[in-house]
Amino acid sequence: MATSDSQTSAPNKGFDLLRRRVRGHQGMIIGSVIVVSVLLIALLAPLLAPHDPYQQDLLKRLVPPVWDSRGSWEHVLGTDHLGRDYLSRLIYGARISLLIGIGAALISGIIGTIMGVMAGYFGGRVDMIVTFMITVRLSMPVVLVALAVVAIVGGSLQVVIAVLGLLLWDRFAVVMRSSTLQIRSMDYVAAARAVGCSTSRVLMTEVMPNVVNNLIVITTIEIAHAIILEAALSFLGLGVQPPMPSWGLMVSEGKDMMLFEPWLITIPGVALFLLVLAINLMGDGVRDITAPENRN
Amino acid sequence: MSNRVLSVENLSVDIPLADGVLHAVDNVTLHVDRGETLCIVGESGCGKSLTSLALMDLLPKKAIRTIASLDLNDASILNYSEKQMSDVRGNRMGMIFQEPMTSLNPAFTIGNQMVETLRRHRKLSNAEAQDLAKQTLEKVGITAAEQRLNQYPHQLSGGLRQRVMIAMTLLCEPELIIADEPTTALDVTIQAQILLLLQELQAEYDMGLILITHDLGVVARIATRVAVMYAGQVVEQGTAEQIFENPMHPYTRGLMRCIPVPGRTQPGEPLGSIPGMVPSLIGRFTGCRFADRCDLVKDACRKGDVPLRDAKGKTQGYRCVIEPRDMTKVA
Amino acid sequence: MIYYTLKRLGLALLVALTVSFISFGLLYLSSDPAIAMAGETASDADIEAIRKLYGFDRPILVQYLDWLQRALSGDLGKSYYFRTDVSALIGERLPTTMTLGVCAITFAIVLSVPLGVAAAIRPNSLIDRLALFLSVMGQALPSFWFALMLIVFLSVNLRLLPTSGSDTWLHFVMPTVVLGYYAAPAIMRLTRTGMLEVLSTDYIRTARAKGLRPWVVLFKHALRNAIIPVVSLAAVQFGFMLGGSIVVETIFALHGAGFLAWESITRNDLPTVQGLILVFSLFYIVLTFFADLLNAWLDPRIRIN
Repeated sequence: MATSDSQTSAPNKGFDLLRRRVRGHQGMIIGSVIVVSVLLIALLAPLLAPHDPYQQDLLKRLVPPVWDSRGSWEHVLGTDHLGRDYLSRLIYGARISLLIGIGAALISGIIGTIMGVMAGYFGGRVDMIVTFMITVRLSMPVVLVALAVVAIVGGSLQVVIAVLGLLLWDRFAVVMRSSTLQIRSMDYVAAARAVGCSTSRVLMTEVMPNVVNNLIVITTIEIAHAIILEAALSFLGLGVQPPMPSWGLMVSEGKDMMLFEPWLITIPGVALFLLVLAINLMGDGVRDITAPENRN
Repeated sequence: MSNRVLSVENLSVDIPLADGVLHAVDNVTLHVDRGETLCIVGESGCGKSLTSLALMDLLPKKAIRTIASLDLNDASILNYSEKQMSDVRGNRMGMIFQEPMTSLNPAFTIGNQMVETLRRHRKLSNAEAQDLAKQTLEKVGITAAEQRLNQYPHQLSGGLRQRVMIAMTLLCEPELIIADEPTTALDVTIQAQILLLLQELQAEYDMGLILITHDLGVVARIATRVAVMYAGQVVEQGTAEQIFENPMHPYTRGLMRCIPVPGRTQPGEPLGSIPGMVPSLIGRFTGCRFADRCDLVKDACRKGDVPLRDAKGKTQGYRCVIEPRDMTKVA
Repeated sequence: MIYYTLKRLGLALLVALTVSFISFGLLYLSSDPAIAMAGETASDADIEAIRKLYGFDRPILVQYLDWLQRALSGDLGKSYYFRTDVSALIGERLPTTMTLGVCAITFAIVLSVPLGVAAAIRPNSLIDRLALFLSVMGQALPSFWFALMLIVFLSVNLRLLPTSGSDTWLHFVMPTVVLGYYAAPAIMRLTRTGMLEVLSTDYIRTARAKGLRPWVVLFKHALRNAIIPVVSLAAVQFGFMLGGSIVVETIFALHGAGFLAWESITRNDLPTVQGLILVFSLFYIVLTFFADLLNAWLDPRIRIN
């Protein structure tokens, strides 16, 4: 028998391929670990935070973190200008960031997905209108409009989530539209309709499941986007209002003292950076594993 | 100075893959003379395209090329640096590819792409180069050559684009042209025109021509000599008459049986086919690569490498364990 | 090509009109313009008088058309806070922002295109990984924090650059970096992907088979094709920079349109905010329109129909 070294049998190949892709993607693993940790920290905040994040202690203002010679373990990450424990504020701040990120992404995701799928599936006039709306939305400066609306309506957690949710749906719509268009032109949708399935049934059972992959990737992107935007809005004073421990707000409050008390801005900044980085890595990873051809 | 334009010995191409090394081309030895057309025939995946790329040193980066000797007009180009090879390409050796629709850069005019080739290899002014380009376009049968120079590739049909490709390879009057399935993507009528054109040009420029194809009809029309490739090896080699009149290797015979012959093949008679599939070329392979599909297979076929042996005429060779006198004649 | 241009123009105009209507209506959301204009200390009678005087009691569509008509002739109303014409105000501040924007997008392009090309030539090499690493880092970095960090290190610790103001070109260095870095990752990735795709095409193989020199193959043949979508992206990113300038100008106290936006929003100066939204949107629309045209012109397959 003519011999040949490789003995790859078909059933194993798919799983092997998946495993190989996951192993090569340490970024995604790191990212997922960080995101899950932050999620847990946010959920378990009352158990983990050593102090009340709102409690002021004017005798212990601007205490440096523990690694400084003047710091102590009582306030591991120091205190801010009102004597509030920074570690506790950081932990509760995670709640705010995640709440806003997920909340805004949820709202914009629903809006954008409905619009995108409708446009992709029905085509024609519906598609034209949706595409036009997307173009209009893209032409509007998000930061400016968000700032303006928040200034008028008043800043709060709910307002920020609502405003961001109503503004960030464009990428959802674009991606969902193109995914739906792709699927629509595939044969099995035509087959389902030929058998007599109603339009909505075809949508739910054939189109949506295949579109979920892209949805996951875009959702992670928009969650990160919303988190950064909220931080920027709060930094400018037009987002979440004090005394809430939003990380962006913490940076804003600390910037006047950043020269002598740099930890006031480095700590929340690093937290923001790591969270957003982790979310992006996770999203990149999901995309690379399930459909690497969609890179970029 | 001999007539030999190209001579290559023991050319192998290996491609490292995730599950092992793919031995895509195994010890291929070929030669082409001036005024001669060598057709390399084989099915998809037999390694013929890789062989041609290897001759020009245009293999993808991962591929590893091993050659014992490579001579262009009796001078070795085997150890040429990249710079030296780039002086040879487009100049002394030209190549025509299969897909005329995508082989030209869509962003530049025909004239631009032709002139740049000329000025790369010859000291010509822009005007001189334009003029020569125009003449060459006319030579390949393109009318209104002046206008064509200012057009973009997407404005030309497939057949025209292929003529432009041929013209581009002729610009520097090469000693050898390698054409990799130049007519496969074209209409049948255009195919005939292009093949005729290639023959005429070869005569006029006195070049060597290597034409790669999977279509025996093309071989019959244009070949002086033929090399049949299977699974990365040359399994039979000879003049066109020898291969068609007296195929020796079971694979070649199988191929010939697949062609219906007007007058001889009866209506309703099943067309010949070769059962089985090409074996995997990943990892070490012992024995004849055609063994699993051969109806003359013996135990000896699976042991060790099978060398090329001479058929009755010295110019015909085939890779088989069975001696010429033991080969049964095929109807 | 002409037909394509006209179609695009028509669409752009329609978008501009819609955006103007939205920005007009947006600010009448829950705020009473009469109150905003009168100020906090005004009496009810004053507010009513203002309402009648400025026509705030008319239907919103009428008010919009009125505003649109004046806007088309360059009159964007009067700023509540600055007490001058909004158009003059914006016109005075816009050049600074434009300068900043041009510098920032240039910075982003100069940084990311070569990096993207280098990464594509040697996929999975050190430079490729470095480029992807930088792009991932860049997308996660909050701009306002980055700005503060730069100020701490470069201005204060190293005393290399001034912290705020807009007198000399040195004042523009840090703002340029902060505004530009955010556009860099997307441009780098698109360049890299585009180059990777193009480098594996048949016509690049032909170029090599003709014996052309490597840098000719790379820059003349490959980049020329790969750069087409990048041009569009760069234009779009440039359009986004106006919005992004709000944060940057505010931190660095650069007196441009972004800073003006900040000032007018915090002071409920509705006409100025409306004017700015309109100007920013128009800028983006015009920019993408030209980017589309440029895109089409760069690709002979579209240019010569």
